[in-house]
Amino acid sequence: MILTLEHVCKEYTKGREPVPVLQDICMTVNQGDYLAIMGPSGSGKTTLMNLLGCLDVPSEGTYILDGQDVGSLSDEALARVRNRLIGFVFQNFNLMPKMTALDNVMLPLLYAGVPLRTRRRQAEEALRLLGLEDRMHFYPNQLSGGQCQRVAIARAIVGKPKLILADEPTGALDTASGEQIMQTFRTLNERGITIIMITHEKHIADHADRIAHILDGRLVEPEPVQAVKGGAFAK
Amino acid sequence: MENIRLAFQGIWSHKMRSLLTMLGIIIGIASIITIVSTIKGTNEQIKENLIGSGSNVVTVQLYQDDWAYDMSYSPIPAGVRTIDEDAMKTRLENLSLVEQVSFYTSRNWSDFVTTPDSTFSGEVYGVDQDYFNVCGYVIGWGRNFSPADYENHRRVVILDTKAAGVLFGTDDPVGGIVEIKGEPFTVVGVVEQRNSFQPTIQSYQDFYLYADTSAGAVFLPSVCWPMVFRFDEPQSVAVKVEKTDDMTRAGQLVAEELCKSQIIGYSPSGTQTGFAYRSEDLLLQAQQLQELSNSTNVQLIWIASISLLVGGIGVMNIMLVSVTERTAEIGLKKALGATKRRIRRQFLTEASVLTSLGGLMGVGLGIVMAQVVCTYNSLPMAISVPAILISVAFSVVIGLVFGMLPAMKAANLNPIDALRRE
Repeated sequence: MILTLEHVCKEYTKGREPVPVLQDICMTVNQGDYLAIMGPSGSGKTTLMNLLGCLDVPSEGTYILDGQDVGSLSDEALARVRNRLIGFVFQNFNLMPKMTALDNVMLPLLYAGVPLRTRRRQAEEALRLLGLEDRMHFYPNQLSGGQCQRVAIARAIVGKPKLILADEPTGALDTASGEQIMQTFRTLNERGITIIMITHEKHIADHADRIAHILDGRLVEPEPVQAVKGGAFAK
Repeated sequence: MENIRLAFQGIWSHKMRSLLTMLGIIIGIASIITIVSTIKGTNEQIKENLIGSGSNVVTVQLYQDDWAYDMSYSPIPAGVRTIDEDAMKTRLENLSLVEQVSFYTSRNWSDFVTTPDSTFSGEVYGVDQDYFNVCGYVIGWGRNFSPADYENHRRVVILDTKAAGVLFGTDDPVGGIVEIKGEPFTVVGVVEQRNSFQPTIQSYQDFYLYADTSAGAVFLPSVCWPMVFRFDEPQSVAVKVEKTDDMTRAGQLVAEELCKSQIIGYSPSGTQTGFAYRSEDLLLQAQQLQELSNSTNVQLIWIASISLLVGGIGVMNIMLVSVTERTAEIGLKKALGATKRRIRRQFLTEASVLTSLGGLMGVGLGIVMAQVVCTYNSLPMAISVPAILISVAFSVVIGLVFGMLPAMKAANLNPIDALRRE
């Protein structure tokens, strides 16, 4: 069990009114799971993603990640958790435009305080794993969308995280590149990395082992997923 | 290290904007450097004017209480011995810092040196053979005193150009006769001050009177002094010092040495009679004049500092804009695990690299401007190294101070908002 959400609520204050975005979310994800979270826009899926990624803390309820209560952690500790445990993959890649692919991938290791030589070696390794060994010294604007996303994935896995959080990873890509990314995720999952992917496209979500639906801030449990993985979601 | 490299990268990729940001700092630092260098140049000039570059002569005189003891109006003082010149010369020249010494006796504002046509009212000196050399006089025409003049007590005088002009007009003074208190003396030569020795202000008295109003000088061999004045007058000492900056110290050393051996019953706390040898401190006078010019210029430095402050505020503004612009970058870095502290440090480094770069450019510009100002006003060029170091350090501090607000803003950005904004 890598993470558990217990009765998690999240609300934002818009003007004076508190707007509930997530309501009473309970879920459990096990080590090695490959989960897709689907939902229409405005359903709160990105907020859920931010909570899972420790970019935000719940307003109510508890979120246990790798044995730690995220709500009780300091800013510093949250940064460390993001750095060590989580790899992010974004819809629009979010690569540093002024840095080469290699430098981009080395960035999380810099924050982890890894010495330069090791950083370089590990980043090269990660890029090689994603088939980008001949693109290491290219800048993002010299790479195709698919290549950029693979650089971003290399950046996500370079710190050997337990969990990859992908927010619409294929949203900015054509179908072929999207397929390629999905294969990459599959491979990574087979290596034991837990993946949580947010998407609104059914055919992308189908690549995951399980699909959860989110609607108006509430998690809707689909039966088939529970059947496949044996009750990953609890009420 | 990584931060500094990234900061340079950032500055380089926005060359124009960085330059505009730095402009305030550049101008501020440049004006401070210019002002300080100009002040230093003025000070050098004051020093040169007052002391003369390379003359390095301090005179040590007998004082009673706070006044130089004037033999014109007072008898030979009891309690002060006449200097045994040969022995004392060796002793004084063995002192550190001292190059050469000369002994002399003198009268100021005399009216007893006459030719049939005119009266000279300047200074009269009884000098030893080293005097001209020590005080930087050269023989203009005629000859110097010879050892024979001293041995035979010959009644000879040497005039300086001014005295020669007063006493003889345009006639050749060499071979002419002047009377000093009725005693006839033959003029054997005319001296003038060596060019490099010629300060605008030549002595303590001239400091008040100014060179143009100085009345000139008549020199006779010290052995002839008693023929017209008194026997056993206490001598004054002209001390040539190796370095200009050591003048004060050397003067004090000589004065102390003379006090110990010439003043009867002398102790450092003073004597009953109030007699003491003291050096006439031109360097100190120069410093007092310099302080005067400094105090007016300190206000200029304040004004320049305000421009530096404005420059700092400019840096802050641009940095704040830059933080807003780079929200996505900051959010991403936070998502990747950068701590608040790291983000804050990144922006602080960027701000201080920016301002110190501006500071360095300002120093460069300031040196050029100082050169222009000094050339224009024909001041000696004097770049102040401490001023440069302080300015650069100060510009780093400005970066840190004015970078604080933008850095805090960046560090406190909510990673979600930061990532959201596209």
